[in-house]
Amino acid sequence: MKTMASIKQNPPPIQVVLPDFRNLGFTLRTLIIANLLGLAAAILRSESLAGMWHELLAISTLLQPMLLFSMLALYALGPLIGQLSYRLGVLAVLAIELVAATLVWAFTSTLFGTDNMFGLGRWWLLTMLTTAVLLGYFNLRGRALSPAFAEARLQALQARIRPHFLFNSINAVLSVIRDDPKLAETALENMADLFRVLMADNRQLVPLKSEVALCRQYLELEKLRLGDRLQIVWHTDNMPGDALIPPLVLQPLLENAVYHGIEPSGEGGEIVIAINLEQDQVHALISNPYRKGSANHIGNKMALTNIRERLALHFDYEARLTAKESENNYQVHIVLPYRKSSKP
Amino acid sequence: MTAPLKVLIADDEPPARKRLKSLLADIPNVTVTGEAENGREMLSMASEQLPDVLLLDIRMPVMDGIEAAEHAQKLYRPPAIIFTTAYEAHALQAFELNAVDYLLKPIRLERLQTALARAQVLRPAQIEALHSLAPPRTHFSIHERGRILLIPLADVLYLRAELKYITLRTLEREYLLEDSLNRIEQEFPEHFLRIHRSCLVARDMIQGFERRHEDNGETHWVVLLKGYPETLPVSRRQQHIVREIG
Repeated sequence: MKTMASIKQNPPPIQVVLPDFRNLGFTLRTLIIANLLGLAAAILRSESLAGMWHELLAISTLLQPMLLFSMLALYALGPLIGQLSYRLGVLAVLAIELVAATLVWAFTSTLFGTDNMFGLGRWWLLTMLTTAVLLGYFNLRGRALSPAFAEARLQALQARIRPHFLFNSINAVLSVIRDDPKLAETALENMADLFRVLMADNRQLVPLKSEVALCRQYLELEKLRLGDRLQIVWHTDNMPGDALIPPLVLQPLLENAVYHGIEPSGEGGEIVIAINLEQDQVHALISNPYRKGSANHIGNKMALTNIRERLALHFDYEARLTAKESENNYQVHIVLPYRKSSKP
Repeated sequence: MTAPLKVLIADDEPPARKRLKSLLADIPNVTVTGEAENGREMLSMASEQLPDVLLLDIRMPVMDGIEAAEHAQKLYRPPAIIFTTAYEAHALQAFELNAVDYLLKPIRLERLQTALARAQVLRPAQIEALHSLAPPRTHFSIHERGRILLIPLADVLYLRAELKYITLRTLEREYLLEDSLNRIEQEFPEHFLRIHRSCLVARDMIQGFERRHEDNGETHWVVLLKGYPETLPVSRRQQHIVREIG
């Protein structure tokens, strides 16, 4: 009934949160915007192009240490700030920036003599203004993206299991019902689980182990249909089961592997799935046999685009998906930052 | 009582075949003569069993159902064809449009019964319509003494238009094919190269080109084939391919 209720509900109110200070996307955007502001200041203060470079250099002696220091401070304090409400979080960030500004000002004035280009008061004001502009930007960006989060659910539905698979599976279950009722039971249970996930609200990240469990159920169903033509090899010894991942990221890839790699071949083949943790990144590799020139890539491209978009929505620049095809093999590689679920 | 209706099943998924068999077992006066895993296997079975009806899955490896249906027309007594499919939207439209029989999986007993009762041999217009659905053929088929010979596309060295037929040459032997060079050229632009008004050569089989001098002082190019001694003349009009490829 949970899904029924969620269909009737209005979209949830937009919740504005501070950006994730440890995300590469945050760092990049902040550096770019702050430096553009610095460039604007340099243009305003100078009369000629040559003068502009000089001004930019002068501004940079304060701006760059300031940015470096701020990034480090926010990275260190990020999780603490994250526990505060939005208002308190904003105040905390402003306070941190004021402290940073003071320290950087003192540091550079001792390093370069007392010849700082701004007085401390003016420097404070500039810092507050830049911070406010950035926080405003991230606030707007958060709002702009949050309908996208709602849409992520719809997108996950679009990446849904092919009708081809649904009807073939029902057909397979029907064929075993008379001779092997137990097998038919398991198959129907697997199907029920698959569709529960497909119809669920898919905005939240899920632990990797539940996505993998879903994949195993899906593959069991395909195995019923394809028998020995479908061989699966799992390498999950070094898999962080608690890593968070958007739901239905791996399953559609496996579905493609079966549809494009196994079904068109008479003898069948082997799908290899390797998931492991390397430093702070989760790597997932899916490879399947593939014959060049086999038709119908459009479905596959659509699924890849969809998954890429959802990864970007949740992890920004820190996640990526690459696909590689060689003479007789097709491989998809996903990299995710390792975020643990809070639940054990 | 009339002789039982002979049905041949082709589907790559064992459970799907099993399901069809158990449904057919419930219908009186029907026998299943065989089960094939793909179109190619179906055709070799059909040449011997001469079934009345083919139940053909569309999406199968090695040779899909639509290509198999086309080749099956060359059987001594072409069988009626009923396609079975789980979900092939584009195919279904064409089937509806051309009144080709099809069954949707999971198949119901009653639907199967009606389909068998009115099963018909495909008309040439229907075959033509299906042709556009199928990916390029994987095999050429030749009707020879009541059997269908299938020659994999990859085995073909060259195709040459004779008076009424096309000669298809493989390393082993020559076959006579009823088809048109133009149609084949359009169907496999990547695979075959036109070297003469009356000749298509498989690109993969070309070893190289050689310039030949005639007694009257003229020169022309010939194609050398991999592993086969015969050379094929390149027409004056097609000489540009020597530069493009060689």
